Amino acid sequence: MIRHLLFSLAAVAASPFAFAQPVAVYGETIWTGTSQGTISDGVVVIENGRIVSVGPASTRVPAGATEVRAQWVTPGLISAFSRTGLTEVSGVDDANDTGAAGSAFSAALNAADGFNPDATSIPVTRLDGFTRIAVAPQAQSKLFGGQGFLADTSGLTGSVFRERAFAYVVLGESGAQLAGGSRPAAWAALRGAFDDVRFFAARYMSHNEGNVLTRMDALALMPAVKGDQLILFQASRASDLDAIMDFKEQNPALRLAVVGADEGWRVAPRLAELEIPVIVDAFSNLPSSFSQLASTSENAKRLAEAGVTVAIVNLDNDSHLARLATQIAGNAVANGMDFDEAMRALTTAPAEIFGMTGLGVLAPGARADVVGWDGDPLDVTSAPSAVFIDGEAQPMESRQTNLRDRYRTIDESQKPMAYKR
Amino acid sequence: MQFGKLCRVAAAAFALAACEAPGSRDNEAAGKSPIANPFPSTYKPYPSQTLLIANATVLDGAGARIENGAVLIEGGRIKAVGADLTAPDGAATLDARGKWVTPGIIDNHSHLGAYPSPGVDSHGDGNEISGPVTAEVWVEHSVWPQDPGFTRALAGGITSLQILPGSANLFGGRGVTLKNVPARTVQAMKFPGAPYTLKMACGENPKRVYGYGRGTTPGGAPYSRMGNVAGYRDAWIQAADYRKQMDKAESGGGDPPKRDLELETLADVLSGDILVHMHCYRADEMAQILDISNEFGYKVTAFHHAVESYKIADKLADYGVCSSMWADWWGFKMEAYDGIPENIPLVHNAGACAIVHSDSDVGIQRLNQEAAKAWADGKRIGIDIPIEIAWQWLSLNPAKSLGVDAQTGSLEPGKMADVVVWSGNPFSSYAKAEKVYVDGALMFDRNDPANQPVTDFELGQPGEGDRK
Repeated sequence: MIRHLLFSLAAVAASPFAFAQPVAVYGETIWTGTSQGTISDGVVVIENGRIVSVGPASTRVPAGATEVRAQWVTPGLISAFSRTGLTEVSGVDDANDTGAAGSAFSAALNAADGFNPDATSIPVTRLDGFTRIAVAPQAQSKLFGGQGFLADTSGLTGSVFRERAFAYVVLGESGAQLAGGSRPAAWAALRGAFDDVRFFAARYMSHNEGNVLTRMDALALMPAVKGDQLILFQASRASDLDAIMDFKEQNPALRLAVVGADEGWRVAPRLAELEIPVIVDAFSNLPSSFSQLASTSENAKRLAEAGVTVAIVNLDNDSHLARLATQIAGNAVANGMDFDEAMRALTTAPAEIFGMTGLGVLAPGARADVVGWDGDPLDVTSAPSAVFIDGEAQPMESRQTNLRDRYRTIDESQKPMAYKR
Repeated sequence: MQFGKLCRVAAAAFALAACEAPGSRDNEAAGKSPIANPFPSTYKPYPSQTLLIANATVLDGAGARIENGAVLIEGGRIKAVGADLTAPDGAATLDARGKWVTPGIIDNHSHLGAYPSPGVDSHGDGNEISGPVTAEVWVEHSVWPQDPGFTRALAGGITSLQILPGSANLFGGRGVTLKNVPARTVQAMKFPGAPYTLKMACGENPKRVYGYGRGTTPGGAPYSRMGNVAGYRDAWIQAADYRKQMDKAESGGGDPPKRDLELETLADVLSGDILVHMHCYRADEMAQILDISNEFGYKVTAFHHAVESYKIADKLADYGVCSSMWADWWGFKMEAYDGIPENIPLVHNAGACAIVHSDSDVGIQRLNQEAAKAWADGKRIGIDIPIEIAWQWLSLNPAKSLGVDAQTGSLEPGKMADVVVWSGNPFSSYAKAEKVYVDGALMFDRNDPANQPVTDFELGQPGEGDRK
């Protein structure tokens, strides 16, 4: 773990938490995400990057542990879908690596190649309690967007901890457009691509004779087709979700999840039965397109009540404001979703969808991604007061806080503002 | 202050002040145009009852907070607000124990109706990009009253809103202020007596759409920010000349100039009858716009988006211009790169006028939460603003920016009874607008499907009448 060593050297100077020094995070309310439920007046003890205990405030704490106090303590939140770190300024093409409309490749595009841990959106996301992010490419050349990845939000070199975590495939209206203009074209492309992969040897060993995919794309899609890799479909309309579920029944080995799913509540029992998790933006309640006519702010609630695994994200400005998923989850609660379900939608559900073991929970042995809050994490007036990733205290600073601190007081009587930092 | 000026101008031009008797005459809104407003408001308040909303936490919107307070509505107007009100004979009483009551929220930056749902190309009516100066267009001619977004906004406590043209152009056209009631025509939504507004835009959008349109848009100037400024000034020079001819004709010194839709609008800005709402992100650009306004003798009423207002909050306060802002949008383009979540409280703290706006069919549904985020972020850096003061960002300040603050924007006797009853403290993720009154009429009730409007578009569709 070279990066942790490097960070600890920096941390010695920058923070009071020296390497391997135990930390005790006390909270008036501790949401564990486990069968321990919610603990009043408890403590989470961290040692060597792991959680060693979660219990009442009277729990024994190692000698010399640094004490941190917060109103609420939660696991580090997990953003189940974003473009964070792929673009510094979305509207500036030169600074945007989310998609490649002009590329000859599609499924082979590895989003991790575009990830910049120095992106200013990373600390902004971390400061709102998100310690892990699932990042997807944008599909711009074909309905196969490419390979998504998982990263932490430390901003350090090596923060991508799983490349090629999922294959991202766009269906519905967008997929139809990318495939040439219709849903039939999209499904022809999808089925054709699967055949390309299945008959890889025959089609590509001597010639580049895939029906849909180039050799490189077919190779990249192979783990997904074999069921070894998650396929994340984007779709919203109930009929599109049904088509995806038909596809799953025809190909039972596939591991699927759906992002969008605005009309998911209409097919929720079937999603639950086929164990297909969904990633939803619970703000979506408008007929923004003809694929979202039945959108409702109760979508997340209804899906969860039907037994579907639900993650909640912000699909609007998903590169810079992925952090608003907390507000969206709070609104899902206001619209009837159980509070614990809404918390799980930001923690255990994404961990389950992406197979992030030891994350999304406060439990002995889990990785020490821990967040202390100044209030209920789903309420808009709350914010983190402390964030730990793998037990390391994170700097609570971003370019935004730098700008804020510079302009907190405007005074140019002695020197221009540019000298203040 | 802008509204005061408008009243004076209107009073000089007409026997009645535009701000005096709401709903009395819509014609004043047309200012000194040669022909009175050809698209007059036909809005009429819906029937209401005398109602005492009692036992609530009341934010009057003017800066007061009343615990266990009451609001009395009579004849569609606020009759009284206080701690010890009793219902008159025959009045209905709403026991609002545990609930909060505020003025209706006013969003002064929306494109509902002009960019309606569903967002298909056929519905893209918000930008007349045929040229950089299109002051001749009026956005009300693009507004589709069947946009389901209006009903979602109503459920979020929006009782009035300004619809603006987009920001592709230097001069995008006239905006329009609406009461948020479902209607068959846009005229039936127009806020009676509200002055017209003019949408202008700074920065990246005009120069991108025209100069760098790469063949997809008309091309030609402006190619740069300096081209933008030359474009504004050229247009104001023509407008000043047109204004002079109009003034001369009005004082009996000759024939009025040939009618010109573009110059009529600009000339009415110069006379103070039309309020300027300008899309502008960067601090340095806003400062230049203020100089241009001084050069030509008009006033900028509000900068919109204004993500860098915190850098020049002192100058904005001195000039007396409002900043209409998001809580936390940033990073989606270069001129939004320096956006920070404390922008709104920093502007407020400098004594400048702060407004929370949406520019979004999603954000408009919970502007109270956007204000709450900004309020909490301010508090964390030591700017502790009472909620009852911060609520001015949502109602009174936007009302001022639209020239309708004498009629709405606070719960003060005589004003329109535009009122929201919230399930709890609205500075929270968990509070919902339970009842929304427009001119005293109950237009939305979260617990009564009979009081939840369904637009024509959604009728017969999956999800019709569902919880939204």
